[in-house]
Order: sequence, then C-alpha cells, then structure tokens
Amino acid sequence: MSHHLVEAGNLRHVYPDGTVALRDVSFRITHGESVAVIGANGAGKSTLLLHLNGYLAPTSGFVRVGDRSFTKKTLPEIRRRVGMVFQDPDDQLFMPTVYEDVAFGPRNLGLSDAEVEARVEEALARVGAGHLRERPPYRLSGGEKKRVAIATVLSMAPDILVMDEPTNGLDPFARRRLIELLADFRHTKIFTSHDLDMVLELCERTIVLHDGEVRADGPTREIFRDDGLLAACRLEKPLSMQGCTACGTARHQDGERSSRD
Amino acid sequence: MASIEGTILDFRRLDRLAAGETALHRLDARAKVLVTVAFILSVVSFDRYALAALFPFFLYPAAILALGNLPIGYFARKVALILPFALAVGMLNPLFDREALVRLGPLAVTGGWVSCASIVVRAVLTVSAALLLVGVTGFPEICRAMERLGVPQIFAVQLLFLYRYLFVLTEEGARSSRARELRSFGGKGQGIPSYGSLAGHLLLRTWMRADRIHMAMLARGFTGEFHSRRPSRFGGKELLFLSGWSALFLVLRLRNVPDLLGSLVMGSLR
Repeated sequence: MSHHLVEAGNLRHVYPDGTVALRDVSFRITHGESVAVIGANGAGKSTLLLHLNGYLAPTSGFVRVGDRSFTKKTLPEIRRRVGMVFQDPDDQLFMPTVYEDVAFGPRNLGLSDAEVEARVEEALARVGAGHLRERPPYRLSGGEKKRVAIATVLSMAPDILVMDEPTNGLDPFARRRLIELLADFRHTKIFTSHDLDMVLELCERTIVLHDGEVRADGPTREIFRDDGLLAACRLEKPLSMQGCTACGTARHQDGERSSRD
Repeated sequence: MASIEGTILDFRRLDRLAAGETALHRLDARAKVLVTVAFILSVVSFDRYALAALFPFFLYPAAILALGNLPIGYFARKVALILPFALAVGMLNPLFDREALVRLGPLAVTGGWVSCASIVVRAVLTVSAALLLVGVTGFPEICRAMERLGVPQIFAVQLLFLYRYLFVLTEEGARSSRARELRSFGGKGQGIPSYGSLAGHLLLRTWMRADRIHMAMLARGFTGEFHSRRPSRFGGKELLFLSGWSALFLVLRLRNVPDLLGSLVMGSLR
C-alpha cells in the first residue's frame, strides 16, 4: 500500500518574485488518512497543494508520492494517482459537456472508448450527477459544478484525493451533501479549508500552516482545543466546538457529543 | 450593464435551441457545415447587380427554420442587428454609381441603389444561414465538424475554449462594470481612465484564470492533444442532405430562376 503515501521533507518554495511561500514543511501522510491543511490566508496552503502533483517544483527539500520522487518520467503517473480538485470548478470544467469533461482524464490516459465510457458512468454515478451528462458546464449550479469537478478526477481512479477549499461557495444543503459524499471515499484525502466545521467532521488529522511552516500537526480535536495555537495562527474554534450562546452547551465538549444529538 | 447580461442570456438561448431533437438536429454536423458553406459561397458569388436572382435563396433559411422547429422572431431580431452594418457598407453605392439600370416611368433606378439592395439581401441571407447553423447544430459540434473536415485541431480547440469561457468572462466583466457603475452614482465615475484600469484588471484576471485552467488540464494528464469522442457517421441521410441542397444552390446560381419563371408566365400569356 506504499503507493498511497504522501511525504514532504524540508520543503521550501520561493516564488520568482522573492516571496517565500513555504519555509520548511515536513509531514508524512499514510494510506487512508484524511488530513486537513489549515491556516490563515497566505499561510502557504495552495502553494503546498501545487507541489503535491508536481505543478510547482520545490526550491529545496523534496516531495514524494508513493515511493517515487518527482521526475519528468514519473510525473504522468503521479498526476494520475493524485486527483486534484481545484477551488473554482469553472477552471476545472473546460470541455463543452459534462461527459467530455469527465472523459478528459481517462482519454489522456489512453484508455479504450468502452473503458472511458465505463469510467465516466461510474464517476458520475458516484457523485450523483449521472443526469447531468450532456449538460454544458455553464448550465450547472454551484453544487453540481463541484460534484462534477470531483467526478472529473474520480474517473482517473486516483489513490489520493486533494481538494482546495471543497465547500467554498456552496449553500448549506449542497455543502452537507458534499461532506457526506467525501466521508464515503476510501482514498487518502488531503483538504485545505477555512470551513473548520467540515474539517472537524471529515479529518481525523490536521496540519496547521503558519507563515510557510508547519506550526502543529496532530489529531484534529486536540488542535482545535489549543486556544493559544489557534489565536497565534489567526484561526478560531469550529462553531460546533464553541459554547452555544442560546442554550449554553457545546456540541463537541472534550471530544464527546452532548446528548442533544 | 443589463445589455451585456441580456446578450449572454440570448446566447444561451441559441445554445438551448441547438439541443433540439428534430431530424435536422440529428444530422451529422459536417453535412450541415458543408451545406452552409455551399449556400454562402453561392450567394456571395453573384454579380453585384444581382437582386431578383437572390430571392429564391430565402427558401433555404425558411426550410431550416421550419424543419428545425426554430422560433422565427428570435432569429429575425438577431439578423436585424447586423442590418445597419450591411447598410453602412452599401450606403455609398447610390452616390457613386448613378447610371440608370431600370426606368419605371419617370423614376430611374440607378445601379448604385440596386447594388446597395443586393448587399443588404446578401447580408441577411448569409448571416441567417450562419445563425441557423448554430441553432440546429450547436457551437461545440460545429468546431468538431470543422476539425474532422481538416481544420487544424489547434484552431478548433481555440474556438471551443473561446465559447466555453465567453460566458465566464462576460459575466466577470459585467460584474466589474456593475461594481463601477454602482459607485459612480449616475455620473461618469472618473471617466475613461477608470475603464482602462477595469479592462486591465479583466485581462490580468483572465490571464491568471488561463493559468489555472492549464494547471487543471495538466493535473489530468493533458499532453497537448485533444481526444474527441463519437465517431458519428456521415451516412446516407447526410449525403442526401448535402447533395440535395448543393444541387439546388447550383441551379439557383447558374439559372436565373425568377427570370425563367417570368418568361414562362409571359410565354404562356402570349
């Protein structure tokens, strides 16, 4: 199962204009883990994600997916394994119809027509978007776009799912459906998000980035209980862990749900 | 900015029409593209004083409207939009070309007027043919047909991307423009310079978006080649459609049918 491994060591990235986005980032994510990368705006989350499929190359340090480091030869294989869903689905859905967009990846993998068809069918069914097959992307709602964007990645059968701000811009119902969908996936999952309640629900482990460095890495609950850490990193407790001003109880008190739910 | 947004909605309507389910919609796009090209070539190849001979060509748009079950009012409005441009092109002809072609009693119709009218009629014919093509085929299908007819893939793909992001970009532009308008309180809002910066921002944002799209494509294994699907067949129906219309255009082009009809009628009267 070693090919589900994602590892970064002393990763440093300096943009051409001199901005140091990542100073020193090290972590190791193993098979089946669901990990959130959180941090304030500009903490380096997006830069980090772009290293995970080789779009950006480290200035120093390394990134490994499975047991391979990134080379020109391993890049296509790594990109297939690491399914990356970008923040704005409009950037990801560029083909004329949903079907063709979901088929884009499998076709680039050189699969046969029958296989492509099967993959598309399965990926769309998985995200509950089978009925959107022939629609052009601009006639989808925000939630539909997001789910289709996930399908475009699932159709390549990735081992690792990387998502940038998955719940961004969704209405509460669409957000709820997406969280349920993601909870069902057995892939190794890596999310960045400001939606800390989603992080609490989906990720057992959280990495806190601050100024391009890993400030904390541990069980999500513990991290959210550390008020000092959260304040220093410009974060705050998820709403569900804050005391309720209306009834005076917290839903997640010390890691246990109160009897109210 | 209601007008920009209105225009987008209008575009979308054209797109929805193309999703129709008539026999005409189901024809292979290549046949429709070729017939449209044949139609346009026949119409524009007429002599510049041709006028009466052009009218039978209205048969084609009328047939497509009927067969494709398309709303005539919508297309008429779209075509009317380009009339001023056609008029502008032909407007000077009556001034320069004063040689009388036809005399109706005291009224002399000069060559200039005839050629001006001819330009307008041709514009109406060709533009409506092109719009109707989009209306019964859909833009993406047309691009694909062009590619399969031998247009280099890079052009076809450019057009596809243009179409896909037209909506995204116009919406973005409309939003920026609305934000500017709402803060200029009915005044000029610091005039032209503010538009310059608005356009500049739009360009930069577009640039960044292009970067992100490329990123998303690379992430899904893009290597510079587009693999398209559906080897839809160019079968008997398509051949019939293409040869039928082309033959008709050829006849209409080479024989002046209204003249022929006229002389037939006159001959029988005599």
